[in-house]
Amino acid sequence: MDFELSPEQAAIRATCRTFADEVVAPQAARADAEAAFPYAVVGQMGQLGLFGLPYPASVGGVGADFISYLCALEEVSRGDAAVGITLEAAVSLGIAPIYHYGTPAQQERWLPDLCAGRRLWAFGLTEPEAGSDAGGTRTRAQRQDGHWLINGTKCYITNAGTEISAGVTITAVTGAGAGRPAISALLVERGTPGYEQGPPYRKLGWHASDTRELRFADCRVPEANLLGRDGGGFSQFLRVLEAGRVAIAALSVGVAQACLDASLRHAQQRRQFGRPISRFQAIQFKLADMATQIELSRLMTWRAGALIDAGRPAGRFAAMAKLHAAETATACANQAVQIHGGSGFLEDLPVARYYRDVKINEIGEGTSEVQRLVIASHLLGLGGSVSALIGPEEPG
Amino acid sequence: MHVAVCVKQVPDPSGVGRLDPATHCLVREGVEVVMDPGDEYGVEAALQVAEATGGDVTVVSMGPAKALEAVRKALAMGAARAVFISDDRLRGSDALTTARVLAAAIARTEADLVIAGTESTDGYTGTVPVAIAELLDRPALTFAKHLEVGDGTVRIHRQTEVGHDVVEGPLPAVVTVTGGINEPRYPSLKGIMAARGKPVEQPTLEELGIDPSTVGLAGAAQRVVAVEPAAQRAAGQVVVDDGTAAARLVAFLDDLKVI
Ligand SMILES: Cc1cc2nc3c(=O)[nH]c(=O)nc-3n(C[C@H](O)[C@H](O)[C@H](O)COP(=O)(O)OP(=O)(O)OC[C@H]3O[C@@H](n4cnc5c(N)ncnc54)[C@H](O)[C@@H]3O)c2cc1C
Ligand SMILES: Cc1cc2nc3c(=O)[nH]c(=O)nc-3n(C[C@H](O)[C@H](O)[C@H](O)COP(=O)(O)OP(=O)(O)OC[C@H]3O[C@@H](n4cnc5c(N)ncnc54)[C@H](O)[C@@H]3O)c2cc1C
Repeated sequence: MDFELSPEQAAIRATCRTFADEVVAPQAARADAEAAFPYAVVGQMGQLGLFGLPYPASVGGVGADFISYLCALEEVSRGDAAVGITLEAAVSLGIAPIYHYGTPAQQERWLPDLCAGRRLWAFGLTEPEAGSDAGGTRTRAQRQDGHWLINGTKCYITNAGTEISAGVTITAVTGAGAGRPAISALLVERGTPGYEQGPPYRKLGWHASDTRELRFADCRVPEANLLGRDGGGFSQFLRVLEAGRVAIAALSVGVAQACLDASLRHAQQRRQFGRPISRFQAIQFKLADMATQIELSRLMTWRAGALIDAGRPAGRFAAMAKLHAAETATACANQAVQIHGGSGFLEDLPVARYYRDVKINEIGEGTSEVQRLVIASHLLGLGGSVSALIGPEEPG
Repeated sequence: MHVAVCVKQVPDPSGVGRLDPATHCLVREGVEVVMDPGDEYGVEAALQVAEATGGDVTVVSMGPAKALEAVRKALAMGAARAVFISDDRLRGSDALTTARVLAAAIARTEADLVIAGTESTDGYTGTVPVAIAELLDRPALTFAKHLEVGDGTVRIHRQTEVGHDVVEGPLPAVVTVTGGINEPRYPSLKGIMAARGKPVEQPTLEELGIDPSTVGLAGAAQRVVAVEPAAQRAAGQVVVDDGTAAARLVAFLDDLKVI
């Protein structure tokens, strides 16, 4: 067994590390304070090739593998988690469904711009009444004279409302299935009458990332905007989220590493009781625990990523990676603030931002509770299905 | 135009270098290594010339096997191919031997223009490029902070202590560039993937027509006899501002005859 990155993976990681240090990190504090979407950085990331990284050249991508993408995401997120989620949502939630399920016409229309980072595509699954229980989708789409008529509301959607947002893939109930309603995925271009985005939310962290509510009121899209099979939406987003979770794990590792780097620097510089605080065992143990948990998280993330590269089911490993990495990142941010003392509570240093930015990793793309349900479902022979684990709905 | 660019892998300049007490050679094992930051300017300059003239760039490098990473980085930035000389017998070679090896490799390319850094970040002799020029019998235009190629000529701008030189020479030629001549590009991620398929020729000493007995530590014309740490600089003079600091600073600089 060899845990070394290939020369290409290592080179991509090195380039992204330099890019994160020179371009991403320096703008983070200001973008965070002003809640300003990082258009300039996104433009440079597009030129570098980050948005098309794990997709083949035939659709405008770079042709690298998923592990390379994980390395890139970790490095970018180490510089700024808000830029990290912008990249992750664009690549794993925006491009992936179109790449995996799109018709050649749909791919030709959108993938070149999306892979180049000129435009962003969003993924609208979550609804006010359907969060962890994404199968509880209420948004409806009805076929009507060659069109789909969409009505409903999506909430907490990333990348849908920027100046370069091109559209969103939404899930909607399109008919009755066996037991639960049939859910399908539809592509909705920005600017379609009846599709509106709410104002940006005020968030605890990820201030520079674009998150909004989306409303669909008699929104008509052509029949050809169905993505994949009619009724195939549920299984599609499960697959999309599987890879997305590994990506969120990589993002978490990046923030956790930033916490450790900052803590190591500070602990060696800050002197109390006549010596650097790094000489106190209480601080040393925090640093050792952080480093160990980060290393474990990264290994688990790469493990899941290697399965995705091999085209093998990654479900339980993806859930384990995300669960462990997200909880590690939160713990690291907590300890990083602690090691920084009062200075860690001030917005003058990036650790306060890490602390605010990190919690969401335990929520987005499936909460930590949901990851545990997925893992338990695998352990209990239910194939990772959460609904099979929980059983039928109780009458409310 | 075909351009050859010299690229050296060096210990990461942000780390602390260490010399082997016995051989006085830089310890290269277990040290983070990178493409010499000075050579990034060279690669960028070479790519710009090639792009402007519709030509291509050949990377030329000599170093241990690991130096292939620096070669690959230059390929990822956009160079078309590489000649990489990596031979255990070269271990311990001095600057003149390095120049002989690189010159022999460059002579096998079609390059009209050879670009190198002014001086490396580690060895720092600043002699390799001019030695290459001499061995190839080509003019050397050094310390370029601006570079343009014309019809059969190359012209550089050089900042000196007394002013600004504009130097022109006939092609083929060797040019050394200084930091700040350009803004080196990041290797694009597409470039990194493409580098995998680009040809890297690895000639042996024999193929380069170099007698192995004349290289390495034994063949070095230069011997490092002793290495001593530089003397600690005396603490500077602190001027505390009591309202007259500006005047005292001016007087101090005037004494040094720098203003
Ligand atoms: C900044 C941000 C960006 C986002 N971006 C997107 C996006 O681009 N696209 C998108 O579709 N969604 C997005 N989301 C939504 C995100 O995926 C959901 O918030 C998440 O899945 C949780 O759903 P919920 O908020 O409805 O929480 P709920 O499902 O209401 O959960 C509340 C709590 O109950 C727990 N819980 C629920 N069910 C169970 C159970 N069976 N057992 C144990 N505990 C349970 C949860 O773990 C959680 O602790 C984003 C969210 C945020 C905050
Ligand atoms: C006794 C002795 C033993 C040595 N042993 C070793 C050794 O074992 N390993 C080792 O690496 N060095 C060794 N060196 C140092 C080595 O000789 C010089 O570093 C090397 O020859 C280049 O000189 P420089 O770094 O001063 O280059 P400079 O002349 O300062 O470099 C200027 C430019 O020339 C080009 N250039 C220089 N060297 C190379 C190269 N190798 N490949 C491509 N382009 C290049 C680059 O563009 C560089 O920016 C030894 C030196 C001595 C005196």
